[in-house]
Order: sequence, then structure tokens, then C-alpha cells
Amino acid sequence: MTDQSGPSTTRRGFMKAGLAAGGAVAAGGAAHAAGDPLITEVQEWAQITGEGVDATPYGLPIRFEDDVIRRNVPWLTADPISSINFTPIHALDGTITPQGCAFERHHSGAIELSKGDYRLMINGLVDTPLVFTYEDLERFPRENHVYFCECAANSGMEWAGAQLNGAQFTHGMIHNMEYTGIPLRAILEEAGIQPGATWVYVEGADASSNGRSIPLEKALDDVLVAFKANGEALRKEHGYPVRLVVPGWEGNMWVKWLRRVEVTDAPVESREETSKYTDTLEDGTARKWTWEMDAKSVVTSPSPQSPIKHGPGPLVITGLAWSGRGTITGVDVTIDGGKTWQKARMDGISLNKALHRFYLEIEWDGSEMFLQSRAHDSTGYVQPTKNQLREVRGLNSVYHNNGIQTWWVKANGEAENVEIS
Amino acid sequence: MSKFRKLVICTALGSALAAGPALAEKLGLGRPATADEIAAWNLDVRPDGTGLPEGSGSVEDGEMIFSENCAVCHGDFAEGVGNWPKLAGGMDTLDHEDPLKTVGSYWPHLSTAWDYVNRSMPFGNAQSLEPDDVYAIVAYILYSNDLVDDDFVLSKDNFLEVEMPNADGFIIDDRLESEAHFWNAEPCMENCKDSVEVTMRAAVLDVTPEEEAAAEPAATEEAAPVETAAAEEPAAEEPAAAEMAAVDPELVEKGEKVFKKCKACHQVGEGAKHRTGPILNGVVGRAIGAAEDFKYSKAFDEAAAAGQVWDNDTLAAFLADPRGSMKGTKMSFAGLKKEDDQKAVIAYLSTFK
Repeated sequence: MTDQSGPSTTRRGFMKAGLAAGGAVAAGGAAHAAGDPLITEVQEWAQITGEGVDATPYGLPIRFEDDVIRRNVPWLTADPISSINFTPIHALDGTITPQGCAFERHHSGAIELSKGDYRLMINGLVDTPLVFTYEDLERFPRENHVYFCECAANSGMEWAGAQLNGAQFTHGMIHNMEYTGIPLRAILEEAGIQPGATWVYVEGADASSNGRSIPLEKALDDVLVAFKANGEALRKEHGYPVRLVVPGWEGNMWVKWLRRVEVTDAPVESREETSKYTDTLEDGTARKWTWEMDAKSVVTSPSPQSPIKHGPGPLVITGLAWSGRGTITGVDVTIDGGKTWQKARMDGISLNKALHRFYLEIEWDGSEMFLQSRAHDSTGYVQPTKNQLREVRGLNSVYHNNGIQTWWVKANGEAENVEIS
Repeated sequence: MSKFRKLVICTALGSALAAGPALAEKLGLGRPATADEIAAWNLDVRPDGTGLPEGSGSVEDGEMIFSENCAVCHGDFAEGVGNWPKLAGGMDTLDHEDPLKTVGSYWPHLSTAWDYVNRSMPFGNAQSLEPDDVYAIVAYILYSNDLVDDDFVLSKDNFLEVEMPNADGFIIDDRLESEAHFWNAEPCMENCKDSVEVTMRAAVLDVTPEEEAAAEPAATEEAAPVETAAAEEPAAEEPAAAEMAAVDPELVEKGEKVFKKCKACHQVGEGAKHRTGPILNGVVGRAIGAAEDFKYSKAFDEAAAAGQVWDNDTLAAFLADPRGSMKGTKMSFAGLKKEDDQKAVIAYLSTFK
């Protein structure tokens, strides 16, 4: 039997522990019956009272969960004010990411902008340039949609090979929330789009002036001007009070603290769409306007930060899959490094451009595994291996690494980020 | 193939309008933007020069302005400091391993550099430069990349004449063609390979951050004994506490707000680290240039050698005009002109021992 660090919670484990304890009791001649003291003894929490309803007007997770937090990789960037951190996807389940641990990416820090000080300007090729207050936005018909937001650089550190040891670090530049917002189309039509318009330029109110050009066709399709996420106001770090939601497209375009939408007849070619968020190929040329996030998946547990602690027997393998081009139609999982694949159990319906949870329940024999997952989306796209991506793009890309991830799970249950033949 | 139909996005820009979305009835929300409002926010500059204001700036002026405003992060020669972006060099490296992407080697449009400097720089003091300063800085960045001579003057008039080396280095997203084989697909499910070998391991590289729980966990019973022990220590910290109490709390609060201007480069409080500038815990009353392990500029080393100390007067003078009162400092902050702001920041800093 493998090492059991904590009290056994499986039925078989408990029976064994009970038998062992019983043996000890018999040998020692003690008179009381064996059993789990958490059950046989009256516990403190069963006697004295807990906190009253006033203790926490707005609650944080209980302290036992204080390791489920966003984490930063300090060597990645020059300064945390212009940097990124990672969602603890290894410790979450379901599909909705709580705002409090959803990754952050700032170019000049998370600013405090109140609803009262908020203004949204529509200008450029419109009949009437308009200014809206936050209260004005609340008077438009609004919609609710669940979408993932993935930084184009998610898994970017893994281009040249396995580097960071944890799903949080390799795949944590992603979150998935239910947004409440107004179709950008409705706001643009309020100003009146003029003939000849082909693009919009969207811009934030923070000191970075982050701005991106978006084809008008996308702007009129499914882009949202959002002010709520998961039912409550956006968090400061996600653009309170208003951010843009650009479903399926790279996170940098989801401009936070949205202050201006300019209707134009050409792209601005801003810093974030030329010097950054472009993909250098092997011959030195670079792709630009690589907006869609290709289908991708990752096993979130077991993984380096979520090792198997219970030994052989029933094991839940789980992970996330998503596509910026549509829904997820299925996920294949292998435990032997790709010799044999099985279809994972997809939990619930797959929402368009949203995270989808998958499970594969197995009877683990305690031997080492090479775990991989492979997503299929509704356009027929199949998630490629990292080497298949490298064959097309070379090693110098930073963004859009959606290659298949491998976790090497050892016999002791620990896992490591590796690449395999 | 029908599955491609949904993928062909943006190949016909403008077709959405041509197709004629039913014009929704207007709600009459919002109000017209004034010309001044539009002028204040509509600052973006496009590759064809649309949006450029009148003005000009020389390489010579740019060198000085760059040194004062940019060099602290980007280096005197735009070569970059630490992890901050390198703006010069890297020519002909784009097809090498680890290409160096700078304004000279990579950026396709000069308008992008002008627009970015104008709206987003300097870091921590954005939108503080005059158009002539921006022209001069961009001229200096071009010079640092050997793209213009030292007597060059960049202006609105000659802006489009500057040739960017990598102007033709970009293609529009071609994944639908170059990666069409990823859509093919009935992938192998059984007997897909004979053997599996590990070719690379993250643990060998060992660059993953150590796991730590939240910095400020909820109070725990385990923490209580430590607190008790601390309370029983001789009251050595009392004088400091008394001093802190003497500082006007409203002024401290105001100072905390003003300090936001400093936070791009300086940290205070528990766990503070040196960033672009030194930690400011205990700066009030400290010898000038005395933060441990921080690499000061020569100006600070000289002040330290002369035995100068940061008190209310020296701090106020420095905050009012950093580069005037400390010739040669790398601190690119323009200064706090208002005496009230200076006092408030000093009061705030005095609370960090």
C-alpha cells in the first residue's frame, strides 16, 4: 500500500485502518471500541457556536483554502505593475472562474475608476459622436453570456520546451465568467455608423492607453460592453466599471476601463497589434491579426500542483477544454503518452467560446502515467501536438501555443511537466 | 468544405454593413461629444500619419529628453535596463534563435512608436510630454537604431519619409491555410505509437516559483502565540509609535493618494522590494543614498559621501524638482509642484519605519 499521509477516507482504506487499530487494541488490551476520533469524540465545532451573520459582510474563501490564489512568475516581466499572474486552475472545478482568483494582466497597473467618473466616447465615422455615462449604459437592453478570456501568451513560456511545473503556470492565463453587458452593436448604432466604416479602435482609460483595432464585422457580431461578471460588478483588476468582451479572441483585445470606441476605415496598428501580439515565424516574418484562440485543453488534475495523494484505486482525471472558434465537441484523454486514447466524459452542454469541463474516471493501478488531453471543436479543428505547431511556426513564437500538454504522473502520485516523443 | 464556412471571418471586411443590418430604433441615450472632448481623447496616430500634430524634434534634443525621461528603464542608448524593453539593436535577428525585437528591428510603422510614446510614456507619468518632445524622443530612438544621422530632425512633414527596416515583415493571419491540416481530422485512438520517451523535463529547468499561500491569511489560532510573545517584548518601539501618532492622519491619507505617482518605481511597507527606485521604508531621517543593495546614480553617491540626510527640507526640495536639486539623478519623475503634495507624501513616508 502506498504511503497515506492523512487519515484514510476511502471505505477500503478505513476498513484496513480499522483492522490495524483493532489489532492494536486487542494486543494492548484497551477496553474502548476502535473508531475515528473525529466521529467517536465530540468535536469543538459540534459544541460551541460559530460566527454570526455580521462577521463577514462580503466573504472570502475559508482560510483552509488560502493556497487557492493567483500566482505570479516574477522573472517573466520587469515589474508587477506591467505584468501578469495566473488563475489557480489546478485547484478549481466546474467552469466558472471566481473573479477573486481570475488572472490579471495590466500594462500600467489596475486603476481605480468610479462609476461616477466613468465616460464612454464613440467617435470617428459616426453620424453623431456620443458620450455615455455609466448610468446611460444601464438603460440599454442587456444580455448575459459565458465566455472564456485567454491571454494570447498563455503557455507562451512552453514554446521552446517544458518549463513551468504546474497547470496554473502553463495554462492559467485564462478565466471564464458570465458577463452582463450591452452588445457593442447597439451602442454603435445609437451613434449611427457611416458608410466606409470597416474597423473600430477600442481604448482603455488607464495610463497604458491600451488600444486595439477590431474589424467592424466582429464588433457588430458578438462583442459586449460588459459591466458585471458572475452576477456582480467587475473587479478593479478586470476593468471596473466597464470592460470590453471580445468572445473567442485574444485577451489583450478585451480592453479594460473601456473609454473610447472610434469607428474608422483602417486599423491603427497600435503597439499591442504590431510590436506585441504578433507571431514570429521561423523565417523571421511575423503573423499579425491572429485574433482567434485555437481549440485547446489541459488536464487540471492530477497535475504538478495537484498530485495524487490517495494511492491506487478510483481516480478522477479532469480538465478544461475551449475554442475561440465555437463549441467543444469532445476531448480525448490518454494515460500512456498517446499510445491509446479514450473519449473523456463531457460534463453538461458546451457553450460557444466558453470553458467546458471534462472528466475521465479510471481505476489507477499505481503505475506511472503520461497524461494528455486533446480537444475537438465545432469547426472540425483537432488540438495539435506542440511539435506539430513547431513544424509550422518554428520556435520563436510567443503567443498562441495551444499544443497538447503532457503530465508525467509518477508511481508516488507526483506529477511533472514534460515533453515526450 | 462546410466546416470552413464559419472560419472565414474578416475576409470581407465591411460586408456586414453591405449586407445591411436592420437599423435599430435609437434609444436617444448619451449626449453629443463636444469638439474639445473628442480632441482630448482622439489621440491615436495611424501609419499614414493621420492624427500627428504639428511639431518637430531633433536627435540632439531627443538624447537629452530621453536621458531624463526614458533612460532609467530603457538605458542611455535605448539598450534596455534589466527586463525593461530594449528599443534599439537586434537588426537581422528575427530569423535567429531568441530574436531581439526592437523599434528598429521589428516595428513596422514609425507611427506606432510616436503614438505609444505620446499616450503611454513615460511609465508612471503618461501623457506628460509635449509633441516636440515626442518627435525628439522618437528621433533619438531612430538614431539609436542607426536609422538616421545625428543631425536628423523628425517632424510632421518628413515623418512618412522614414523607412522602417521591417515594414514588410508581416503577413496577415494565415492559419486557415498554413495550418489547414489541423482541421483534417480523425486522429489515431489505438496503437498510435510503440514507445514513449521523455524528451524534456520542467523539473530539470527548475524555474517554477515556490508555492506560497496568500500573503495575508485570515488570523489563525496558530498565529496567536506569536502575537502574545511580541506584546511581551520590551516596549522598544514605543517612541516610534508616538512619533507616528503625531503625524496628521488626514495628511497621511492624502499622502497615500499622492504616492500613487511614485508607485511605478518605489515600494513601501511590509515585503517592499527595490524596483526601478529604492525601497522607501525609513527614508525620512535616513542618510541619502543609504538603502541597502540599491545601485544609486553618481549624484546620490556624492550626496551620501557628503553625509547628507533626508529630512523634511531635503526631501521637499528633491520632490519639488528632482533633477534640479539632484543633478544627474536617474529619477525621471517631473516633481510635485504643490507644497501640500510634498508635505503629504513626506508625512505618508514617515509612517514606514
